[in-house]
Amino acid sequence: MLELNDVAVARGGITVLEGVSFQLAAGNALILRGENGIGKTTLLRAIAGLQPTVNGTIQAPDESIAFASHADGIKAQLTVRENLEFWAEVYGNASSDVDAAIQAMNLTELTNRPAAQMSAGQKRRLGLGRLLVTARPIWVLDEPTVSLDRASVALFADIVRAHLAGGGAALIATHIDLGIEAETLDLTPFKAKADVTADTSDGDYW
Amino acid sequence: MKALLLRDLRLAIRAGGGFGLGLAFFLILATLIPFGVGPQPDVLASIAPGVLWVGALLSCLLSLERIFALDFEDGALDLMASSPLPLEGIVAVKSLAHWLTTGLPLVVAAPLLGLMLNLPSQSYGWLLMSLLIGTPALSVIGAFGAAITVGLKRGGLLISLLVLPLYVPTLIFGADVVRRAGQGLDASVPAFMLAGLTLGAVAIMPFASAAALRAGLKGS
Repeated sequence: MLELNDVAVARGGITVLEGVSFQLAAGNALILRGENGIGKTTLLRAIAGLQPTVNGTIQAPDESIAFASHADGIKAQLTVRENLEFWAEVYGNASSDVDAAIQAMNLTELTNRPAAQMSAGQKRRLGLGRLLVTARPIWVLDEPTVSLDRASVALFADIVRAHLAGGGAALIATHIDLGIEAETLDLTPFKAKADVTADTSDGDYW
Repeated sequence: MKALLLRDLRLAIRAGGGFGLGLAFFLILATLIPFGVGPQPDVLASIAPGVLWVGALLSCLLSLERIFALDFEDGALDLMASSPLPLEGIVAVKSLAHWLTTGLPLVVAAPLLGLMLNLPSQSYGWLLMSLLIGTPALSVIGAFGAAITVGLKRGGLLISLLVLPLYVPTLIFGADVVRRAGQGLDASVPAFMLAGLTLGAVAIMPFASAAALRAGLKGS
């Protein structure tokens, strides 16, 4: 479903990861690990099409990726339902999906509450509920469990499991154990060697 | 697209959305000018077209930063860029939402302020018309400035510097329409130039803004 071949990505002009290759098949999840700053977010943004790669190819079917970043993109002045309805319409899906997502993320009691009045964990659940209304098969998730309590993490793991069982796939960068049957890919071996070419120019000019 | 337009309008109208900021500024400016200039109806009548157009332009400038900065900060812009919506379409719809919440109220309020500035009576129709066809250009050009500065914190000053030179042609022809009408001359030539500027900006700017946004998102 998703295939990376010898991918290198850069952050701020400096290559952070290189030679990353993996395949992700339908029904599977892949957990990305690696120290802070190694380039997990950069790699995920490249997969989501938000930034170009330095090298290598990323292959996925058209219109198949749903991306969830650190920031949820939730509008504080809109209610839970309004936030989700917006994304459902953007992805061309029916509002019945919104009800299902609200129920799945355990937000039923908060349906008509403005997001401004919700806790960080509740906002995070709303942000993840957005994935459900996109109805896209490949989930690319960057630290999805930040600020979730233990019960919500379990709830989220169940949702990912259901997504995989339904033929979806998930690529997750996380530091905690979600309890999902998944392969783990440690990015440490792909860390780019200290990039000599990128730094010299500044020194020469000044 | 419709969903995005409705969302932006809703956000603008709800608390903290900034709707009315530009309009309030416009009202204040046009109310204070007669106090500053003094009670000379002739002087006021001759500067009224320029004052109204400069006021509309500056009010528009006030809210430009919000077009993309808010969505950028909370991550919504990233998510929209990775959604099925084309970036050019997102820019066009957000510019339209900006015009509906900023430009259109100015158009509606302008005749009232013209009264305070002793605008000649034959100018009112042309004033309305020139603002109606001129202000959309302010929104799409402004969106371009906002797109270029999207990754910068407090990019407001930079937007003004980038956008003001691009606003000058619209200002010149817009004010000229009203001035000529007031002097009883034919105002159709500057009006056509104004319409041409707006059409050109509406056609080109969404693509330029989308390219700027792509570069901005890549760098974050």
